Amino acid sequence: MNGAIAMGLIKEIDYGTPVPAGRRTITLSIDGEPVTVPAGTSVMAAAMMLGTKIPKLCATDSLEPFGSCRMCLVEIDGRRGTPASCTTPAEEAMMVRTQSPKLATLRRGVMELYISDHPLDCLTCSANGDCELQDMAGAVGLRDVRYGFAGANHSKSPKDETNPYFTFEASKCIVCSRCVRACEETQGTFALTIAGRGFDSKVSPGGMDFFGSECVSCGACVQACPTATLTEKSVIAMGQPEHSVVTTCAYCGVGCSFKAEMQGSTVVRMVPYKDGRANEGHSCVKGRFAWGYATHKDRITKPMIRAAITDPWREVSWAEAIAHAAAEFKRIQAKYGRDSVGGITSSRCTNEETYLIQKLVRAAFGNNNVDTCARVCHSPTGYGLMTTLGTSAGTQDFASVDESDVILVIGANPTDGHPVFASRMKKRLREGAKLIVADPRRIDLVHSPHVQAAYHLPLLPGTNVALINALAHVVVTEGLVAEDYVRERCEWDAFDGWARFIAEPRHAPEATAKLTGVDPKDVRAAARLYATGGAAAIYYGLGVTEHSQGSTTVMAMANLAMATGNIGRPGAGVNPLRGQNNVQGSCDMGSFPHEYPGYRHVSDTDTRALYEEIWGVALAGEPGRRIPNMLDDAVEGTFKGLYIQGEDIAQSDPDTQHVTAGLRAMECIVIQDLFLNETAKYAHVFLPGSSFLEKDGTFTNAERRIGRVRKVMPALGGLADWEVTMALSNALGYQMDYAHPSQIMAEIAATTPTFKGVSYARLDELGSIQWPCNDAAPDGTPMMHVDRFVRGKGRFMLTEFIPTQERTGPLFPLILTTGRILSQYNVGAQTRRTENSQWHEEDVLEIHAVDAESRGVVDGDLVRLESRSGAVALRARISERMQPGVVYTTFHHPKTGANVITTDYTDWATNCPEYKVTAVQVRKTNRVSDWQARFFDEDIALTRVALPPAAE
Amino acid sequence: MTRDMIRVFVPADAAALALGADRVAAAIEREAAARGLAVELVRTGSRGMVWLEPLVEVEGAAGRRLGYGPVRPADVAGLFDAGFLDGRDHSLAIGVPEQHPLQLLQTRLSFGRCGVIDPVSLAEYRAHGGFIGLDRALAMDGQTIVEEVKLSGLRGRGGAGFPTGIKWNTVRVTPAEQRYIVCNADEGDSGTFADRMLMEGDPLSLIEGMTIAGLAVNATKGFIYCRSEYPHAFRTLERAIAAATQAGYLGSDINGSGRRFTLEVRLGAGAYICGEETSLLESLEGKRGVVRAKPPLPAIHGLFGKPTVVNNVLSFAAVPFIMAQGAKAYAAYGTGRSLGTLAVQLAGNVRRGGLFEIPFGTSLRVVVEEFGGGTASGRPVRAVQVGGPLGAYFPDHLLDTPLDYEAFAAVKGLIGHGGVVVFDDTVDLARQARFAFEFCAGESCGKCTPCRVGAVRGVEVVDRIVAGTEREKNLNLLTDLCALMAEASLCAMGGLTPVPVMSALTHFPEDFDRAPVAVAAE
Repeated sequence: MNGAIAMGLIKEIDYGTPVPAGRRTITLSIDGEPVTVPAGTSVMAAAMMLGTKIPKLCATDSLEPFGSCRMCLVEIDGRRGTPASCTTPAEEAMMVRTQSPKLATLRRGVMELYISDHPLDCLTCSANGDCELQDMAGAVGLRDVRYGFAGANHSKSPKDETNPYFTFEASKCIVCSRCVRACEETQGTFALTIAGRGFDSKVSPGGMDFFGSECVSCGACVQACPTATLTEKSVIAMGQPEHSVVTTCAYCGVGCSFKAEMQGSTVVRMVPYKDGRANEGHSCVKGRFAWGYATHKDRITKPMIRAAITDPWREVSWAEAIAHAAAEFKRIQAKYGRDSVGGITSSRCTNEETYLIQKLVRAAFGNNNVDTCARVCHSPTGYGLMTTLGTSAGTQDFASVDESDVILVIGANPTDGHPVFASRMKKRLREGAKLIVADPRRIDLVHSPHVQAAYHLPLLPGTNVALINALAHVVVTEGLVAEDYVRERCEWDAFDGWARFIAEPRHAPEATAKLTGVDPKDVRAAARLYATGGAAAIYYGLGVTEHSQGSTTVMAMANLAMATGNIGRPGAGVNPLRGQNNVQGSCDMGSFPHEYPGYRHVSDTDTRALYEEIWGVALAGEPGRRIPNMLDDAVEGTFKGLYIQGEDIAQSDPDTQHVTAGLRAMECIVIQDLFLNETAKYAHVFLPGSSFLEKDGTFTNAERRIGRVRKVMPALGGLADWEVTMALSNALGYQMDYAHPSQIMAEIAATTPTFKGVSYARLDELGSIQWPCNDAAPDGTPMMHVDRFVRGKGRFMLTEFIPTQERTGPLFPLILTTGRILSQYNVGAQTRRTENSQWHEEDVLEIHAVDAESRGVVDGDLVRLESRSGAVALRARISERMQPGVVYTTFHHPKTGANVITTDYTDWATNCPEYKVTAVQVRKTNRVSDWQARFFDEDIALTRVALPPAAE
Repeated sequence: MTRDMIRVFVPADAAALALGADRVAAAIEREAAARGLAVELVRTGSRGMVWLEPLVEVEGAAGRRLGYGPVRPADVAGLFDAGFLDGRDHSLAIGVPEQHPLQLLQTRLSFGRCGVIDPVSLAEYRAHGGFIGLDRALAMDGQTIVEEVKLSGLRGRGGAGFPTGIKWNTVRVTPAEQRYIVCNADEGDSGTFADRMLMEGDPLSLIEGMTIAGLAVNATKGFIYCRSEYPHAFRTLERAIAAATQAGYLGSDINGSGRRFTLEVRLGAGAYICGEETSLLESLEGKRGVVRAKPPLPAIHGLFGKPTVVNNVLSFAAVPFIMAQGAKAYAAYGTGRSLGTLAVQLAGNVRRGGLFEIPFGTSLRVVVEEFGGGTASGRPVRAVQVGGPLGAYFPDHLLDTPLDYEAFAAVKGLIGHGGVVVFDDTVDLARQARFAFEFCAGESCGKCTPCRVGAVRGVEVVDRIVAGTEREKNLNLLTDLCALMAEASLCAMGGLTPVPVMSALTHFPEDFDRAPVAVAAE
């Protein structure tokens, strides 16, 4: 067993106040015991370092000291009175007493006041067993409330149960403001405040109910609350958990660490883990609360097969399903050739599972037809950063942003897509870092409470390269290049060529303005700020990659960062915000048709020889098919069988009608998933998948951090995904024999230089590891390219702007761009099956008032959205976030069919689809589109499951 | 017959206005016009003798002024008839105001111009000794100014009595790109009005004092946080700042020195707690007025996190004199560690209410009896509350306590902002104790538990005592609660609420032990 799976409930130490990181230390005496602490540590935290718990209620170490509860008073030699230990910094030679008769009297007196206005229903209270107020009443020995309970009180204060996940029970509130402060300091949303004053002070979500407020349901307030006031509804319903297991969230690429708090094998709640380095105890509405999909009634837990997609599904045994799938693949390969089948790995599955799929394809299928959903999101990141810097990953850890002076956000919407990292970024912005946002939409970061972008560059979709070239042009022509850095760290000739290229007048902001639509004055000012404002970091998302020029943009950003010396130091870097939990990992694990794990080309004979030896088979040396090629070839009739794990290309991939045409043309599609997803409509074998709660493994987040996924409940279908892949491989005749995913990781480490030092034992020991992890960096690598680039010298690439062929015109005058929102995740398979849908029941079309008015569209109208690819109907929302000429929607709901609209244009280097630029027309309508009508029909016709025969 | 324009002075101080000063001024103008007399009406502040307001003054030969008061509109025609413009006698005549016995008993270092000059006239301000201190300060470095203020012994007049020079020095030596000067003009104590009188009567002295503070600590920006209940003071300050800016005494080049200081007035929103300096800073930043824990001190981490001098109006207003006349001239007044003068504000049940600036060391009895002339009701004085609603109630035997920070502390009282409220023998001190808790409950910011909950429980406990319910037990509980609030509260609001309560209980225990009023049985 793994050491980290300690039995019992994990309770992180709470020092009461943040512990500063400084190197200077001071030594003081607490109750006669000397203790040496970093300068700036509070007396309270210093005491805790000795294991001395000073009573407290308003203090917790995720929040700045507040000094309101007056429980933590201490005596200090030479100080008047009884200062609060939370707000008193420790000083050299200070002599502190934490206990005395006087202090005991004061603490008991304060507690007596608290309890004089608190319900005495401890035994039936939802926080019973997890209540700091109860603990403190015990700690101070409160035995009597001499004020009685007949005085003024809040026992009749109403409950607010509007949030689907937690309840606000005002009568239990002790007004410690921890929730308000958590909303401000931890989350940065400022949704909560204290209304009223004096005895009437009460926590208020801005004067309305929680659901209607600005609250983003991140859970930070619930986490911070010391009483029953803010409690998860699951705890209210089930009671306190009895043990916890540390695991990694299966949503976005932040990869938050969570404690799954359990009753037996039932999850009571997911609580962000303070020692998790990616999130440091913070969470968002998805990871914290939206885990109910794992046990949703839609889960398919029995293997199923059918001969034709129009047949009903038939439940069969695992053995029959696996045997059938293997027989089909063998039949197809025998009939159509070895290359006629392939596999798709999932960025939502573990590294180990992904590794096994690509191994199955390469070793059991005997070809390289493996690809991954990263194809459609961050493949340009891999290409662009590999080419310029030498590694296919972001350069920094998340903590680096704490040291950024300038933050450039391009084509990312962190507050919705990567909320926990966004909170960290906003904290730094509140501390004074400057922000530049390049985005067609006015995303929340541009202007939100206590955050204001210095520059918002509202470019037209599809013009990223022109904009970044313009920024670089200013850097080069205004003498802002960090020449010493470039000379030392980069290929000078390449730089020189690039500098001459970028200095050409056609790249000047004034010249590119007609392409980008951005005010050249702002571009110049932003470039100067980026180049001269101190440590400057770039954070980007799919708004960069999902374009015809995605790879060019990534290289352009790398150029810009290298030219200004902003790679290899804290607070700087070029950082992709990865869409899914394991996009980084699935790419690392050799999911691409041309690369083995660790980004080594299949034509590299040494690497191939290594795998041939370990795997014991001959391997193909030619790259296999990418997903678009598989679909094209399926339509052509040469590609016939596909094994898809945890991926729903019928919804997520562009130009839906082309995708489904390809799927329909295949003879055997094996789907391994939690649900009968859109792609499963075209499948012949369904193998029940396992959620992240049901298996062991690892995920790798956007900062290359490998974190453990730990099984907390048995797989609903009986097998974890890796076991299913293994069984299929064995049935295909290629033997796999792993007893535990740790053995798969051992094989990965043995064959992949960047993972050499990774093992489950080391992960248990260190908590998480950022690759590269090897002999040179046994504890992993938080920041890359520190003294030299991975590829040796940084390489500037010429980044010519070649506009997409997708053009607006009289028929399709608007540009559609797509994205996601906070409460839903990707294709929505998980979040749609949770209460998160209360925030986002359907996808809507955001449109600027001018475009709406000229079409006679008012807010809430059903509109027809049509492109050259297809048409759908959805509701319009007039939005000031949009600029005229640009419309926006999300793709969380299958019936919306957002990808019916998108085109099959792709990135020139990687085939990453151009989701972000589609020429469309919008007009009012009163009916769903033909595609949607067919969708609704097929939603029934292609998903039928045969009823089991009735028992006698 | 033609005559020179005669200058007539009518206060525009809020207290005078409340007593009809505007109507009196209008009547004077009307009468003068009707009689074809050339009168130049000058609106001033108040000399602090509120029982004489509206105190109308006429400038005679050689600038000598004669006073008449209190003048009602109906008196105006009679005054003209009597020839008051020529300084003739009238039943309301008080002679030369400066020679009034109660003026002669004072030492008006800060209030010397108040009631005398047009508050926003730079010429008059200068003519009466204004800006001499600033001119001297402009010739000094910051450290020298701070030393001068330290030497004067000036202590914060807001109530805490912290040495002003030491506070300034902390701000001066704390490294920062920006520092601020903030004036606490949120004068919320009941029975106090000195800040208001100064802001309405001589705002330029406050501006000068703040500017000197700015020079001393190298702060270029100041704010005056004025309570919303002071609309006249607010307007006068705005006009005075505009005038000073116009004349180059504020702005980017103070009096041609190349030094910079600008000033803004901000209006509060009616919360007593915003007179507490950290709440004031929160409010000034646009947040809820809630107390901040100290440390960090505002002098290090103040407005917008920058080192900030926060001083009361009267602390700043004392500075021009100190800089003009020297620290020693100021320190020559007072006693012990309480140096200089105190602006006593006398109110309540008293014959002569008003503001008297006197040296520290004068006894409370002198204030009540000689200045105040005893109670207005004519009944014996039973209790005197000093230092606002959170100050102690003194019985007769403590009235000989000298006005001195340490002497007051020794008898468990406080001088606070210098408010003195007189009660006759009809006062019920148990009710006053209850009022102290009620006040605290009404004005608590709600942040710390002892104050937020304790004040409400205090009212309930006093009610039970007065009702005779378990009197002994509840008296003990009251004492415990007071000890808890005094020791454990986050700020002086909760921390000082026990002062009036315990002084009432200590000095007037009989009021807490009355037989409950018998309820008539049917």
